[in-house]
Amino acid sequence: MRQVLGTIMLLFGLSVAALGVAVDEKPLPDPAQEAQARALMKEIRCLVCQNQSIEDSNADLARDLRAIVRERIALGDSPENVRSYLVDRYGDWVLLKPPIKTSTYFLWASPFLAVLVIVFLLLGRKKAVAAPAPLSEDEEAQIKALLERQE
Amino acid sequence: MAGEIGHFALILALFFALTGAVMPHVGAYRKDTRLMALGDRAVYAQFLMAATAFGTLTYAFVTSDFSVINVATNSHTLKPMLYKISGVWGNHEGSLLFWVLNLTLFGALVSWRGSKLPLQFRGRVLAVQSLLVLGFLMFILFTSNPFERLDPAPIEGNGLNPLLQDPGLAFHPPMLYLGYVGLSVAFSFAVAALIEGEVTPLWARWVRPWALLAWVFLTGGIALGSWWAYYELGWGGWWFWDPVENASFMPWLAAAALLHSAIVVEKRDALKSWTILLAIVAFSLSLLGTFLVRSGVITSVHAFATDPARGIFILAFLALVVGGSLTLYAWRAPKMAPSGLFGFVSRESALVVNNIFLSTFAAVVLVGTLYPLFVEAFGAGQITVGPPFFEYAAAVLMSPLIVALGLGPLLAWKRGNIGRAAQIVIPALVVAAVAGVVLVWQTSGGFVMTAFGLGLAAWLIASVLLEIASRIRLFAAPGKAMTGLKKITRAQWGMSMAHAGLAVILLGITISEAFTSEKLVVMAPGDTADVAGYSFTFEGVAPVAGPNFTAVRGFFTVREGDAILTSLTPEDRVYANPPMNTTEAAIYPLFSGDLYAVVGEAAGAGRWSVRLYFKPMISAIWLGALMMMIGGILSLSDTRLRIGLPTGKKQAQKPSAKAAPKTGPKTVQGARA
Repeated sequence: MRQVLGTIMLLFGLSVAALGVAVDEKPLPDPAQEAQARALMKEIRCLVCQNQSIEDSNADLARDLRAIVRERIALGDSPENVRSYLVDRYGDWVLLKPPIKTSTYFLWASPFLAVLVIVFLLLGRKKAVAAPAPLSEDEEAQIKALLERQE
Repeated sequence: MAGEIGHFALILALFFALTGAVMPHVGAYRKDTRLMALGDRAVYAQFLMAATAFGTLTYAFVTSDFSVINVATNSHTLKPMLYKISGVWGNHEGSLLFWVLNLTLFGALVSWRGSKLPLQFRGRVLAVQSLLVLGFLMFILFTSNPFERLDPAPIEGNGLNPLLQDPGLAFHPPMLYLGYVGLSVAFSFAVAALIEGEVTPLWARWVRPWALLAWVFLTGGIALGSWWAYYELGWGGWWFWDPVENASFMPWLAAAALLHSAIVVEKRDALKSWTILLAIVAFSLSLLGTFLVRSGVITSVHAFATDPARGIFILAFLALVVGGSLTLYAWRAPKMAPSGLFGFVSRESALVVNNIFLSTFAAVVLVGTLYPLFVEAFGAGQITVGPPFFEYAAAVLMSPLIVALGLGPLLAWKRGNIGRAAQIVIPALVVAAVAGVVLVWQTSGGFVMTAFGLGLAAWLIASVLLEIASRIRLFAAPGKAMTGLKKITRAQWGMSMAHAGLAVILLGITISEAFTSEKLVVMAPGDTADVAGYSFTFEGVAPVAGPNFTAVRGFFTVREGDAILTSLTPEDRVYANPPMNTTEAAIYPLFSGDLYAVVGEAAGAGRWSVRLYFKPMISAIWLGALMMMIGGILSLSDTRLRIGLPTGKKQAQKPSAKAAPKTGPKTVQGARA
């Protein structure tokens, strides 16, 4: 399946300049459902385009997928169901938001892991510095005098 | 003939690069000042040769000399002159030549402005820079010669990708490249310092202006690119987290971190090895960016040059530069112990927090960009890492950064007082909370994220203003405020300006994301559609012919109430060479937002599909970027931060100077405090 998809991509995808305006003639009659469908379209990748959602693209495949999304939402499917319907057919690749699963744990955790690594890199080697010797009473008095004079 | 001159100049440049990369090190080893000084001559010669080569290629493009393959494949006689010239760097070979030109330009600038640098150190810096030039020249001469001939010469060229025939894109790559390559200077300084085994506050002072300059160019390049996407790609988006966009965003983040951490090195002689690491990483990310674009390893809208064979060369070069410099770092950096201390609550600590989040964000963008490659390589299927992931990372990492950013400038150096700073920012917190609450209330409970974003923007802008107010003691001694205002240095204005710029960008993003009104409709002439209180009347379409395209131009009259506001004329263009379809959005900027219209396909019976938008406050995104650039330039123009050195301070760099504190780094700091 993946190979087939790859081949289709090579054959059509890269040559399709799918830039332009995606306008459908039939939005769903229920504005709430239409909004739900539109939100979902933004999360679905146009499979033959380069880094575009089906909401953005006017490629034929994107148009078909938009029709499927609208149809399913109109039938009362939840966005979850529509998403898994599409994943069953096209794989995780179709989702712009990668699903949380074994192969993506690292990805989703990366902000937190990276913070830890970088904090260690930044602050891990601080022990090399010795604290300066405390000031003598004379010096304290001098500083005090200076500060007072400034004010 | 001109092409051969260019080719020959590149070969000469290769030898100058070789000389420049080797001789200063030999000179340092033998303590021979003449060999050390050879680095200067070498970089000037490289620049001269690279400029000659670039000039001849430009000449070939301007005169449409199709006997040069590069010109034949990327230009066309009917192309407007601007795009003939921008076509020079709008292709693989030419853009690499442009990289080399910039590398040698920065080498020459370092030599010119750095006459006060210790000779041995300058020699090492220029040697590292020459080594980079050498690598790129080999890449060009062995795999991507822009001067290769074509016999017989074709009568007409293929033309440039029409998407790139645009004023925004004519200047976007040069800006970006100046930014990428500007970071090479920081890299060369870092590697030279590692070789010398010493980082001093003065080192940070030399590096910082270069990092700042590179950052200003990167900011401009990225802003131009996103502006181009906004009006040219035709669906009103301005940032797509596309791999190539990420490739320019990562060095930007690293450069931003670098120019902040260099302050800590300069002020406190701490974070030294970290700053070196950042300088290496920032340039490595620039190289990676070039690699991502040029090899086409990640297919994206921007990958107009794809050739895996070249990819392998870049990969090897990348491995050498990054691997080599990191190995050197691992070997030498542990010796660079910090000498200065700072308290937990201090400006330095705030800058550390800044560095943590900026560099983490850069790392996460890198992970997200490359993740699909790794998942596929390990046979775990194909996944897409799209905007939702990056938006999540941005929310998680940028929110604490912005909170710290508001607070940081209010804290004193070395040992701050959280109570005093808190006192000053309480009004900012109130402003932020009010902004958030008002929004939630106005929209009856929706838009929680928007309220949060708006709150952050309000917090940042309020704390920037309060910082200025407290600096001039506006509330304590209002009478003297004007005098205080005059005392603020350009560097300080620069900081406030850039930070306010970030707040403005955040405001633009938050408002435009949440409150854009759009209509996707099919309209017949005479139809009217209402978008956010503006009524768009479709007047019809007319065919138009441009110099190298034909177009359908749509006409809209926009009214607010009964008054005619403007007319919008979006186009749907078809270019002949190469055949391609592009959309030209029509945009009318109002103070409150942009009116945006795009015309699509004919829908039969004289009707056309159109997209109409009202995008509130979206211009703030580019206004903020401009403010950041102005902030950077203001800071650069501050006499005390000017590229180069104040006279008579160069002995401070030497360790022996520590014995004579009057000329040591302390004096430098004292003069600036």
